[in-house]
Amino acid sequence: MQILWQLYSSFFRIGILTFGGGYAMLPMLTREVVEKHQWATEADLMDYYVIAQCTPGVIAVNTATFVGTRVAGNTGGIAATLGVVSPSYLIICIIAAFLRQFSHLEVVQHAFAGISIAVCAMVLNAVWKLISKSAVDRLTASVLVLTALVTILFGISPVWIVVAASCIGILAKRGEKKGDSK
Amino acid sequence: MTPTFFQLIYEFLKTGLFAVGGGMATVPFLKEIARNYSWFTENELLDMIAVSESTPGPIGVNMATYAGFRAAGPLGALCSTLSLIAPSIIIILIISRMMRQFQENKLVQHAFYCLRPASAGLIIGAMASIYHETLFHPGAASFAAWLNVPALILFALFFAGVLRFQKLHPIVFIALGAVCGVILKL
Repeated sequence: MQILWQLYSSFFRIGILTFGGGYAMLPMLTREVVEKHQWATEADLMDYYVIAQCTPGVIAVNTATFVGTRVAGNTGGIAATLGVVSPSYLIICIIAAFLRQFSHLEVVQHAFAGISIAVCAMVLNAVWKLISKSAVDRLTASVLVLTALVTILFGISPVWIVVAASCIGILAKRGEKKGDSK
Repeated sequence: MTPTFFQLIYEFLKTGLFAVGGGMATVPFLKEIARNYSWFTENELLDMIAVSESTPGPIGVNMATYAGFRAAGPLGALCSTLSLIAPSIIIILIISRMMRQFQENKLVQHAFYCLRPASAGLIIGAMASIYHETLFHPGAASFAAWLNVPALILFALFFAGVLRFQKLHPIVFIALGAVCGVILKL
């Protein structure tokens, strides 16, 4: 029981001190998991983190579940995951309620028009990093361009695109290997 | 439970299961939600990204909580957040038992080879119309009227700033954006 509480509170701290998730959470994660509680070695943690990126869902949530499960089984995984999302839930509920009260004010509307532009610039930067990491050859570049075009033109659900892209990856790589062996 | 709660649970289970590649990968799903339900508009997505980037916690979780709150208050936020993380928990509980096999599985590696660029393409696709609304005047009569010149200039300045100061916290740019918006009456 005590270990569950420790997992919950540790990941609560990680959640509240991480802005943005993903890579931003690594320093806090190392401090709590490796240095403070010795739940895993740094190498283990990197393994969890890499797998968390290759599974569906939010990376921070996946990592929390992973560490929790390794430390204290299924319930440990659930305790750590609830810990990492609890601060988000509390803080966002307060802000969302607060913003709804003030959203009709002209000043707030001007401020958000300005913020929108800043966010557009930040998203472009994030997307650019994703592009340079993922479009590594002709196939991946065409998948990227096609996905963007199909989404813009037809508004297909992202679910189908994710399924189709996985299949293309598996089929293309399989064909490649056969070609090599001949 | 009213239909809204079931809809929230269904939509966010879907998002949690199919959004691959971290927080931003949830944006295409949120956009689809904005289109199919009247919980929030596509343009409000930008406000949601701004709030999620400038508050503690993983962006994907923050955005799901925000969307759920907009749809049905604190209980809605609880539904969306728990639904978003449920697929993660189940998948990781399974995988953690066979970690090596998963990491070295060729099928998984091959799938991800094309999933990563698709994820980037999906985000571009989702953002395209939002960019159009924010930086241009959609439906304008002429090319000159179509350009939202102040917004475009500000966007270029911000993008240069973000590129130049990669390490700077997003909240700095968001605060600057708010100040510019108020001063220029955008």
